[in-house]
Amino acid sequence: MNSVIYMDNNATTRVDPEVLQEMMPYLSDYYGNPSSMHTFGGQVGGKIRKARQQVAALLGCEPDEIIFTSCGTESNNAAILGTLSIVPHKRTVITTRVEHPAVLSPCRSLEQHGYRIVELSVDKQGVLDLAELESAITEDTAIVSVMYANNETGVIFPIEKIASMCKAKGVTFHTDAVQAAGKIPLNLKLSNIDMLSLSGHKLHAPKGIGVLYVRRGTRLSPYLLGGHQENNRRGGTENVPGIIALGKACEIAMRYLDDENTRVRALRDKLEAQILATCTDCMVNGDADNRLPNTLNISFEYIEGESILMMMDRFGICASSGSACTSGSLEPSHVLRAMGVPFTAAHGSIRFSLSRYNTEQEVDYVAEKLPPIINRLRELSPFAAKK
Amino acid sequence: MWDYTDKVMDHFTNPRNVGKIDDYDGIGEVGSLACGDALTLTFKLDNKGRITDAKFQTFGCASAIASSSVLTEIIKGMTIEEAEKVTNQQIADKLGGLPEQKMHCSVMGQEALEAAIAYYRNKGKTAPHKEGKIVCTCFGVTDLEIRRVIQENDLTTVEQVTNFCKAGGGCGGCHGEIEHILQDVQGKKNNQQTPVTAVRHKKLSNIQKIQLIQETIREQIRPVIRSHGGDLELVDVEGSKVIVALRGMCASCKMADVTMKDLVQAKLREFVTEDLVVEEQKDTAQL
Repeated sequence: MNSVIYMDNNATTRVDPEVLQEMMPYLSDYYGNPSSMHTFGGQVGGKIRKARQQVAALLGCEPDEIIFTSCGTESNNAAILGTLSIVPHKRTVITTRVEHPAVLSPCRSLEQHGYRIVELSVDKQGVLDLAELESAITEDTAIVSVMYANNETGVIFPIEKIASMCKAKGVTFHTDAVQAAGKIPLNLKLSNIDMLSLSGHKLHAPKGIGVLYVRRGTRLSPYLLGGHQENNRRGGTENVPGIIALGKACEIAMRYLDDENTRVRALRDKLEAQILATCTDCMVNGDADNRLPNTLNISFEYIEGESILMMMDRFGICASSGSACTSGSLEPSHVLRAMGVPFTAAHGSIRFSLSRYNTEQEVDYVAEKLPPIINRLRELSPFAAKK
Repeated sequence: MWDYTDKVMDHFTNPRNVGKIDDYDGIGEVGSLACGDALTLTFKLDNKGRITDAKFQTFGCASAIASSSVLTEIIKGMTIEEAEKVTNQQIADKLGGLPEQKMHCSVMGQEALEAAIAYYRNKGKTAPHKEGKIVCTCFGVTDLEIRRVIQENDLTTVEQVTNFCKAGGGCGGCHGEIEHILQDVQGKKNNQQTPVTAVRHKKLSNIQKIQLIQETIREQIRPVIRSHGGDLELVDVEGSKVIVALRGMCASCKMADVTMKDLVQAKLREFVTEDLVVEEQKDTAQL
């Protein structure tokens, strides 16, 4: 077994060796600029075209609907800010309280500049109220941005319904699909989504490459102004190795989509069942029926997440937590708080996020090591003792 | 990932003196589940008044557990008078230092010790409710506690105060007040940052008043309410009557009336005009 048991794939993923192999020549021998008027640079352009097709195939869209960016955060900023500058008279943005900071922070900054930001709430399962969304959309709404799946709980939102609702009302709809892409099937041809964000390092490509899908006919003003790259929609010399890597990663992701939803899901379900069977006072956060196949967010009452992570770290087990201490802030996860998860449980929440690289042996190992850790920390806790 | 010293990791993975002494002479319970860390400290004295045994139970992160563990080692063998002089810095030093953002863990240890000594001195009565005025409502930190960490650790910035006692680490609504206390304690002007203070507006036109109300809601009130899982919307302004609606978790909260009076109305009176009366619009359709 590996000395590291990596179950933090919603944070970032291992670069697939095939992906690495594909990109390496473009970090060494083929360093040309695709915009150059010589064969040495120009030959790189062909590889970018291929990568664009590979990404489009995973998303079920046209290659010219793909804009390469530097990361998911840039894609989200570009989608929201680029839409607002097209419709300057519309001053409302609708989003949710459980978005990633890459959407929430630009929205809150817009609020300081006089925009009205509607943050939709979620119920205890982390599920949105579509009636609330429908009544929130007005003439003044410039854009609706709702994540495809939540990074902390894995809860999948009814994006197609929301997209159709927005289309019927004539409002641009953007979705942050950073956690969904490569884990669940997407087909943008059959969808009403106008814009979608994707990040390379969440699907076994390296960090520093992202995508913004923009449906043909959707008006968007460029976010990064510069050269003519990406058909004048995003300035800046292309991240050639990153783009080539992402293309390959998308091609591989298509191959593994079934595996993700059968084998990886079974591993996640096994881990969940074993923890629930062996640990007391714990609960799964988020709608169990509408969840990414790889994600398990589970709260252990009376103990604190950072301590659990540090104890697991000694066994080489990597996961993450929604506790205050791990975020560097003093408050626990905004997602769990929005769901009304009590503080007793939010501070002790642990997220396991699996990938195709995880094995059943690893799941068994985690399931064996975790209960003594939980018990040990509860022995230390004044609250568990009082119970 | 935090840069913990080997000492911290040692005390975290092999904590000393875990538990609770049944026939304790002193007990201190500080922190809460909501705050993310809590500590129960008990000690036992011998007939010469020395601490012969000390035990702890801690809910919290690695540095909270390590701080508690090392504290029990520090105070064992001390007299009450000696124990009384233990500072949070001593706890941090004994651990080979703590990351700055984790200094509040050492402060929690010192507070528990202080509470346990007060319990002993009051002959078994829990120390009276903490004195002072609450400055940070998110973490329930008083002005006296803030003054103390500033004095004992020679702090100069709001960020440091947050690292040491958590005050200001939630919604951020009290940063201006912490800045005031810092200036007061340090006895000199820290002129990098002008604190947010209310500016009295003599006469406001209707449009100025509404703008100012919106600004106050946006900058002073909404961050606090959001940090409690709710939201607040301005519905209308009729003369001196401000009609607002609570949304999200706050809409169904039993504390909503208190929030209205203590937070919304107080802030609007402070920042806009003193005659404002806040009313809540009850949206029956939402109930």
